[in-house]
Amino acid sequence: MDCSESAMMQATSRRALLLGGASFAAWAYLPKFARAADGRDPRFVVMILRGALDGLATVAPLGDPDYAGLHGAIALRGDGPNAAVMLDAFFGLHPAMPEFARMYRAKQAAVVHAVATSYRDRSHFDGQDVLESGFPGPGRVQSGWLNRALEALPKGERVTSALAVGPTTPLVLRGTAPTVGWAPTALPQAADDTAMRLLELYQHRDPVLASALTQGLQLEKQAQGDDMKPKPGGGGAAAMRLVARGAAKLMAADDGPRIGALAFDGWDTHANEGGPVGRLAQLLGGLDAALAEFQNGLGARWRDTVIVAATEFGRTARINGTEGTDHGTGTIALLAGGAVGGGRMITDWPGLKPANLYQARDLAPTTDLRAVIKGVLHDQFGIAERVLAEAVFPDSAPVKPMKGLVV
Amino acid sequence: MARDSQAALVALNRFGFGARGGASGDFTNAASDPRGFVIADLARPNGALLEMPGQLSTAELGKQVFDYQFEVQQARNAAKAAQSTMSETAPAADAKPAQRRNLSLSSAAKEIAGKDPAMQAPGQMADTANAGAMQPSANPAKPAVEPPNIIQKTFRAEALARLQRGVVVDCGFAERLVVFWSNHFCISANKGALARMWAGSFEREAIRPHVLGRFADMLKAVEQHPAMLFFLDNQQSLGPDSRAGINRKRGLNENLAREIMELHTLGVGGGYTQDDVTALARVITGWTFAGRQGQLGAPGSFVFNANAHQPGPQQVLGKTYSQNGVAQGEAVLADIARHPSTAKFIATKFARHFVADDPPPALVAKLQDVFTRTDGDLKALATALVQSNEAWQTPLTKMRSPYEFLIASGRLLARNPEDPGRYLNGLNLLGQPLWTPAGPNGFPDSNAAWAAPEGIKLRLDIAAQLGAQLADRFDPRELLELVAADAASAETRRTVERAESRPQALALLLMSPEFQRR
Repeated sequence: MDCSESAMMQATSRRALLLGGASFAAWAYLPKFARAADGRDPRFVVMILRGALDGLATVAPLGDPDYAGLHGAIALRGDGPNAAVMLDAFFGLHPAMPEFARMYRAKQAAVVHAVATSYRDRSHFDGQDVLESGFPGPGRVQSGWLNRALEALPKGERVTSALAVGPTTPLVLRGTAPTVGWAPTALPQAADDTAMRLLELYQHRDPVLASALTQGLQLEKQAQGDDMKPKPGGGGAAAMRLVARGAAKLMAADDGPRIGALAFDGWDTHANEGGPVGRLAQLLGGLDAALAEFQNGLGARWRDTVIVAATEFGRTARINGTEGTDHGTGTIALLAGGAVGGGRMITDWPGLKPANLYQARDLAPTTDLRAVIKGVLHDQFGIAERVLAEAVFPDSAPVKPMKGLVV
Repeated sequence: MARDSQAALVALNRFGFGARGGASGDFTNAASDPRGFVIADLARPNGALLEMPGQLSTAELGKQVFDYQFEVQQARNAAKAAQSTMSETAPAADAKPAQRRNLSLSSAAKEIAGKDPAMQAPGQMADTANAGAMQPSANPAKPAVEPPNIIQKTFRAEALARLQRGVVVDCGFAERLVVFWSNHFCISANKGALARMWAGSFEREAIRPHVLGRFADMLKAVEQHPAMLFFLDNQQSLGPDSRAGINRKRGLNENLAREIMELHTLGVGGGYTQDDVTALARVITGWTFAGRQGQLGAPGSFVFNANAHQPGPQQVLGKTYSQNGVAQGEAVLADIARHPSTAKFIATKFARHFVADDPPPALVAKLQDVFTRTDGDLKALATALVQSNEAWQTPLTKMRSPYEFLIASGRLLARNPEDPGRYLNGLNLLGQPLWTPAGPNGFPDSNAAWAAPEGIKLRLDIAAQLGAQLADRFDPRELLELVAADAASAETRRTVERAESRPQALALLLMSPEFQRR
């Protein structure tokens, strides 16, 4: 009889009350050609890596004579302990990504290097707007390119109502085409990175709150003990895996969604980025595990799947004074899935000589990310080039869809 | 016009509920005329009153509780009688339609929800999306979801009306005064069904009409309100020599009398003795409310029960009160309301709430003087606070209470709730459950209480979720302009601008000293 509002004062119950921040969102309909005559039932997953992934640290140009000097203490090496996994004679993959390496060897994964959106400044927010909206410049946040691509698809049955509208549909999938979503519950904590940034602000501006927050974070750790539960509110590696596992299960179902998007935060590695081990390595491990979860969870549907992981921009070629990297330009996009024409590096390598760097600091972009995505959308779903150039990525006619990404 | 951004922060945050987002222009208006911006909030006629659609009086609400409790009892009795004759039947409604396919979405959804306790049933998200995404959706784990009863429904409706007022109101100074006085004269909804039912109507009827009126009127309205009489047990207090006291061999309950002196007026050390408390308890015997039968009056309304009243004169604080009936207590309250200790206690608490844990003594003296000179004119008191230099010059060091934090967030993000759940849950988590303080002294009003480690970490978690749910709709850099403009510190500005994502930027903005301190 007592009302719920009064009965929940205990800190132990709070996790059960809150929604996690990480989520998965998907188109609410099946494409009409699902399970068509040829038996192909294509799936497409977009992973947005927010915060700007260091492409040079993830897929390192070990063969470039300038790489080791620029990336300094955090550079990957081709030999010794924690050596990079060579993808070809020139590029080495970060050792935290063994699953991706396995997919690459199985020709089910590919890397596009020195890639960028059309955005050339260095604001995260604006960069993410461009990455997700598909417009040439920032400030257009009403709809995302994936949602506009859905509008070009023949609409079949609605996915069952087991999924509801999600609270955190990422911009890339936002728009007039209806979407559904899902998120893990509980574990509502703010990401460690957010807490650390706040702590730094407090240390400068509000010592009392700095002290309180420090103690609060310690209390939290103690309360958790050795409970290794992931923290989907942030960019924790386990959170990526958890969300991917759930999303894969949903997308594997016959009446489940075919096209979805996930967003993972935490890639803004300004300080102590780490090399073969460390902060970035942990995140890459989470991304790697998420890709593996999709392969496992999709089962037979993996054969028809393409996953694209992309980020708003890259990071400086030269490390900064705190063993990290600052906002840059060119970076990588990762493709994985049974339908990917994989086992290859896709790049027009610009080189890392000072004169070749963009504004003398960043990996110069030589591939437009829109060409990659257009290529996938064209090959996977047959979306016409004109639609891609006008509706999906407005004003992008000169950027031709890349061919041969899908087998 | 001249712009004073620092004074705008004071106007918006110290006095109000923070700047609203969107095109409100709150920050600009506050910056061009900070004092006028705050004072204007007091000028609206009946600005502190709250009219809810279909609102009921305390008596009407009380009758609903009595009827509901009567029905429940009847149903229980009926069930008991039926139990012996009926056999149990299987709940057929739970049966699910057979699965058509092995690999169906609903089974996948069930599987991921069931296998991993960290995963939720996807359907819950509908609630999150529709309810305005203010607070993390909370569906407390209840095995069987029963429809909310009349008491829960009323509490939520009253709560919603209060929350919506806070989110949409212009400056919010008058509403902040309501919250201050409501906490000063608090009841707790946890006392029982009647208290929960009456929490909102108590504030509407006893607090709001007098927030810009006279303290003595508010005091009388509060102490004669059924919610307060119920909360502090006065309906059980019988004059030992009254007819009811003699018949039932029961007597005084000092609870309400003590709190009137200690918490509502004179304050601890305000010059009263135990004898004064006992005398006041005798004076207010018979102050009660009518029950379901309505023998004394309309069920649920304040009544004076002469049968329970201690006969004869009483001496309180050195003065003898010889009145008969309810007039005796009203005379005592009127005198206590203008007692010098009351003026000092109220002035100190008022300044502590709005200005600083240790308010400037000169300000307290000034407010005390205004309270005394105007015979407890609360509008004059509020105006004197706004007109004082101390209120504008004292640094913004007070922590926003959880209520102020959540309302300020809702204002900035323009989330006028359609459902109170998120706010109520957020308040529960942060230790300030609406209308439900732990004791009659109300919620604490100090930095020590609200800047505690666990509380700050929880605020951060909530801010992070607000960021995750809502940030895509905003540019955090623009929000910072609405919150603080050039009064924002360089560090805060940098922290927001350099955040790695919009959600993170919004969380950091909501947690910045500019947003947390007032």
